[in-house]
Amino acid sequence: MLDTQTKERIQTEIAGTDVVLFMKGTPVFPQCGFSAAVVGVLSHLGIKFRGVNVLDDDSIREGIKHFSDWPTIPQLYVKGEFIGGCDIIREMYETGELMEMMNTHGIDVKPQPVS
Amino acid sequence: MSVADEISRRLRSAFQPTHLSVEDVSWQHAGHAAAPSGGESHFNVDIVSPVFAGKSRVMCHRLVTAELADLLAGPVHALQLSTKSV
Repeated sequence: MLDTQTKERIQTEIAGTDVVLFMKGTPVFPQCGFSAAVVGVLSHLGIKFRGVNVLDDDSIREGIKHFSDWPTIPQLYVKGEFIGGCDIIREMYETGELMEMMNTHGIDVKPQPVS
Repeated sequence: MSVADEISRRLRSAFQPTHLSVEDVSWQHAGHAAAPSGGESHFNVDIVSPVFAGKSRVMCHRLVTAELADLLAGPVHALQLSTKSV
């Protein structure tokens, strides 16, 4: 179930920052391989984002699934729009669509040199 | 019936796929907090079906996870998913 208070908190999160990742753990210390994979892609593209750790809050953890009609974490939002989960982000990264979508939304992308 | 068999059965019936593979990869996650000791918790699914033609990735994934909603709320902890139309 998604109560009004949780819904408003999620709406505030995705309205407050251009790129928001609902994830398990934090960008510095992801606690799930799928969340880590998306953090890796965003970092590799030099995209600034805010991580929301769903493990800190059960109402967000369950609420975001109803909010997005998406049963799994991580979930990426860009300019308030749901983009997808781990598999979709990886596919979009591989095809170049992710960078294109970020550009279309006016998000700065600065691909990092592979060290 | 194993969880993988149940996933296959539902997806075949819902999407008449031209290709379907359901792989139980729970062993790769053995020992992490959310992985039950009996396995059958982490799956990779590749599905190709004409049903997905012209639909966005998000929409395709939603169609698949809707068929598996009770499993995802229960024993299935993670589903790695690839949906294609050809």
